[in-house]
Amino acid sequence: MADITPLRTAAETGLSKLFEATRMKYPTGVSIAREEAFRYFEAVGLPTRRVEAFKYTDLRSAFRDAAHPAEMPAAEVAARAVADAKGFAGIEAVRLTFVNGHMIADLSDLGRIPAGITVTPLTQALTDGHALLEKLAPVRQASENPIYQLNTAFLADGVLIAVEPGAKVETPLHLRFIATGSETFSTATRALVVLGEGAEALVLESHEGPDGVAYQPNDALDVTVADNATFRHARLNAEGREAVALSTLSVKLGAASAVETVNVVVGGVLSRHQVYLNFAGANGRAVVNGAAMLNGRQLADTTFLADHAATGGVSRELFKTVVDDAATGVFQGKIIVQQAAQQTDGKMMSACLILSDEGQMMNKPELEIFADDVACGHGATCGALDEDLLFYLMQRGLPKAQAESLLVQAFLGAAIESVSHDGAREALIGTIEAWLAARG
Amino acid sequence: MPAVQETIDRVRSIDLDQYKYGFETTIEMEKSAKGISEDVIRFISAKKDEPAWMLDWRLDAYKRWQTMQEPDWARVSYDKVDYKDIYYYAAPKRPAAMSLDEIDPEILKTYEKLGIPLREVEVLEGIAPERRVAVDAVFDSVSVATTFKAELSKAGVIFMPISEAIREYPDLVRKYLGSVVPVTDNFFATLNSAVFSDGSFVYIPPGVRCPMELSTYFRINERDTGQFERTLIIADKGSYVSYLEGCTAPKRDDNQLHAAVVELVALDDAEIKYSTVQNWYPGDNEGKGGIYNFVTKRGDCRGANSKISWTQVETGSAITWKYPSCILRGDNSRGEFYSIAVSNGMQQVDSGTKMIHLGKNTTSRIISKGISAGRSQNTYRGLVSAHRKATGARNFTNCDSLLIGDQCGAHTVPYIESKNSSAQFEHEATTSKISEDQMFYCQQRGLSNEEATALIVNGFVRDVLQQLPMEFAVEAQKLISISLEGSVG
Amino acid sequence: MIEIKNLVVAIEDKQILNGLNLTVNDGEVAAIMGPNGSGKSTLSYVIAGKEDYEVLDGEILLDGVNILEMSPDERAASGVFLAFQYPLEIPGVGTMTFLKATLNAQRRARGEGELSTPDFIRRVNGAAEKLEINKDMLKRALNVGFSGGEKKRMEILQMALLEPKFCVLDETDSGLDIDALRIVSEGVNALRAQGRSFLVITHYQRLLDYIVPDVVHVMSQGQIVKSGDKDLAKALEASGYAEYRTGEAA
Repeated sequence: MADITPLRTAAETGLSKLFEATRMKYPTGVSIAREEAFRYFEAVGLPTRRVEAFKYTDLRSAFRDAAHPAEMPAAEVAARAVADAKGFAGIEAVRLTFVNGHMIADLSDLGRIPAGITVTPLTQALTDGHALLEKLAPVRQASENPIYQLNTAFLADGVLIAVEPGAKVETPLHLRFIATGSETFSTATRALVVLGEGAEALVLESHEGPDGVAYQPNDALDVTVADNATFRHARLNAEGREAVALSTLSVKLGAASAVETVNVVVGGVLSRHQVYLNFAGANGRAVVNGAAMLNGRQLADTTFLADHAATGGVSRELFKTVVDDAATGVFQGKIIVQQAAQQTDGKMMSACLILSDEGQMMNKPELEIFADDVACGHGATCGALDEDLLFYLMQRGLPKAQAESLLVQAFLGAAIESVSHDGAREALIGTIEAWLAARG
Repeated sequence: MPAVQETIDRVRSIDLDQYKYGFETTIEMEKSAKGISEDVIRFISAKKDEPAWMLDWRLDAYKRWQTMQEPDWARVSYDKVDYKDIYYYAAPKRPAAMSLDEIDPEILKTYEKLGIPLREVEVLEGIAPERRVAVDAVFDSVSVATTFKAELSKAGVIFMPISEAIREYPDLVRKYLGSVVPVTDNFFATLNSAVFSDGSFVYIPPGVRCPMELSTYFRINERDTGQFERTLIIADKGSYVSYLEGCTAPKRDDNQLHAAVVELVALDDAEIKYSTVQNWYPGDNEGKGGIYNFVTKRGDCRGANSKISWTQVETGSAITWKYPSCILRGDNSRGEFYSIAVSNGMQQVDSGTKMIHLGKNTTSRIISKGISAGRSQNTYRGLVSAHRKATGARNFTNCDSLLIGDQCGAHTVPYIESKNSSAQFEHEATTSKISEDQMFYCQQRGLSNEEATALIVNGFVRDVLQQLPMEFAVEAQKLISISLEGSVG
Repeated sequence: MIEIKNLVVAIEDKQILNGLNLTVNDGEVAAIMGPNGSGKSTLSYVIAGKEDYEVLDGEILLDGVNILEMSPDERAASGVFLAFQYPLEIPGVGTMTFLKATLNAQRRARGEGELSTPDFIRRVNGAAEKLEINKDMLKRALNVGFSGGEKKRMEILQMALLEPKFCVLDETDSGLDIDALRIVSEGVNALRAQGRSFLVITHYQRLLDYIVPDVVHVMSQGQIVKSGDKDLAKALEASGYAEYRTGEAA
């Protein structure tokens, strides 16, 4: 079966044409292997359910057409879109603004970058052959993934953020991605964050766009965390209701480094967020959380992989999904412990609340372990709201809807508690509250 | 661990000689032509004196099998079987025995050596009269003896080789054969459907509680022979049966294929308890030889309030590919899977279960304990799914892995699919090693490393051992200790 | 205050209450005693409106209004409070958050204004002090990691805050040591007042030494079979429930 070439879909043919047509327009440079990535992608095509890693998320049927890469928007269009942007809007931060996948320098705080940080537009870094571009694609497994390959092939813009060794940056860097327009389009952006030894930084990422437009964002965040450095990250997917939103976070952890990331999903008709961690140095620590609130016919896929290659790594994952209407939650997680990675401590938990008759949840939490001195575990639960708890709350006088909201909020809140930046945490709790309020 | 070097030396010095059942029986055999073809299938069917419908069924399966591909999704790697280079049928030359006295004494001796009582009189007057287990003994491709047939038939229980049942109870067999594992279910099941030679057939009539444990003992003896047994158990309304299965094979340098199909059907209020102690030859310490155990086992809780429970102790085979499953079709039906899978040396295990919830208020429980030692790879792979209409479905899964030594692997691949808000699924899995504190505590009280390990491992698997019938549990416990010999310092 | 008339209740086709009649007067503390399986807990759940119970016949009148058609929260707002035998743990919901949400929900339902935060905190702290509930407990998620005694005290704290009309205490003494029993009972006694009635459900007479009832009812096979004053409880303690078990399946 492997040697039979499947019939190419309209979207696949379209992607090939677009690639040929647009490749010369994109920034080039030795560090970005567009050609290789696209040929890889072309060989296998858009994954279907037959591909194990996409068992629950059929990208071939999600992409009916290949949308044309978005052009740089006119200044007033961009300004209008940014004025309406809500994601992490109330937080004091240094903002780097992307509209339809293009960095808008005039709407970014390039003039007030905190000390210890260098921000270079990715287009410029590629043209100049920036030395840190060798840090692109920090995790092998991500490079073998078709979503990431498409991002590489069509990469149009992005940013390179370098944090000096020892710099402890308190002001969050806010990467805000805003989509606007009424016709379908695609975007491919990449942010590369390189933290020097002992550095600390917080990156906020928000993604939002119009409802009713089937645009196709594909964003990637590549992070290298040097020894003893700390990277904090909170991501909000508030894409439009029709968006097919793909994203990949790849992190390479140095010795005794720490990573804290959370992804909150409310948007997109289909979204897939992929997290790849490579514990390259000993005693790295990672907290990877997620909260998804889904309704209508939304599907949200969280695919997580932790590859422990060094000793003493600790990873904690908590993914919470609330499913309403005919929505579908997907969680695929895998902890790999290589033979050298003794004393690894990995715990992965996925919990789901189904609020409706038609909601569904697919869980696939895997362990792949080749070292004996480890403590690894995973758990998965799935079910409706606890009737006894509801009764207890109602007995104390809470109306049913309020009792449900309280329980749902407590359920999701556990995944957000880990966010150490107060403003970011409160903003994400606000997202949960807004979703519950809209539910009524 | 302080004794790492010692462990390695010890492992090296042991070439899995602990496999006690590796002897060979010399006996004249009748075999089909080597390889698989329509003629071979006709030969097997003729040998069994089968009706035409059975032959057609086989030929149809063969046709479909030729279009299929050997699956490669399991986490096992092996040199693919050359399906042209094995014998699909091998039977002792003597004609079928009418009584035990007519059985070839070599075969009787074989089963004696294996500790399987074929003489009812020995059982009845024996040391342990309470151990009354009816045995069907399958030697390569044929059943050589079935005990307690008379007593069972008094209760209305049919327990006989499936080849006989095809002739004597064609309607029952036709109604249920392939109804749980369809002919085209998977590559190995389809192959089995084409060439299966023997196995057990059990039918428990309505309301009958089978008066004794039923058991089949499978023995592969002949070289270059595949064993393709087929077992079909039907528990009619309100009946109960407990069935045990044991397997061994001689030590050989080349790999032998065992591709069995087991189908269970439980009608309303019926219960089937199926226990396996699988101890096929695992190959030597370098991975030479051993059985490829590619088995399809599935139970269908077809009736309301029915229950099927699988218990397995897997210690043998070079490669195990096996997922005893339950289709929970009847409302309020219940499926259980209790498993101990021990791998050592170069063994590869990819085993688990599927619990498919279709009916209302169906429940399932999965307890899986994997123990990896040596350079083995041990994977739990399982599916729990609740369909839209399976309201009130419940599952609890616990799968724990224990690693002994740093050259082996333990993996967990569960799929948990809920399409229903009232379904409640709970899954937990852990992987760990034997705690040094526990070891030290045991050693301080005077136990050797091996004794302490055996004790702790037995504690680790206790939840599953408790599910086995008493004698089987004792045997299984010994077997696990033997399988792990040489794995600790 | 509360009047239960010919109450017939089944759960999963099994009839538990068989035409129960009971009246608790304004300001009265009534105790219900009875052997295990007599239907005591069922009665408490049915009063509070738990879903699993099927009311086949009868009515429950609170100040003359039948509450059987009301949802549990509506009953709570009308003044029904059930102190659970096993109070539930609610991970992720802070105790103060919970208390404020319930208090304000009830006030809203009764058309009263919401409390200001300082006013709310003052009330909680006052009630907590009396029940020897420390600040640390109030900071944790509701009942999570609380001991049995702490959970029961938290129930009484809620009772004090919500100021219900009709309080049902379901086996509140179970799992309490003597000190906890004293604190809980003092908490309850402090709330005794005109305009508030109590139904104290217990298996043992011990609790009634601390919460002295005005009237004692004996329940058996889903009915009230005997009523008397507090001495009836003492008599039961001595003689046991044997005489009330006749006819029950062994």
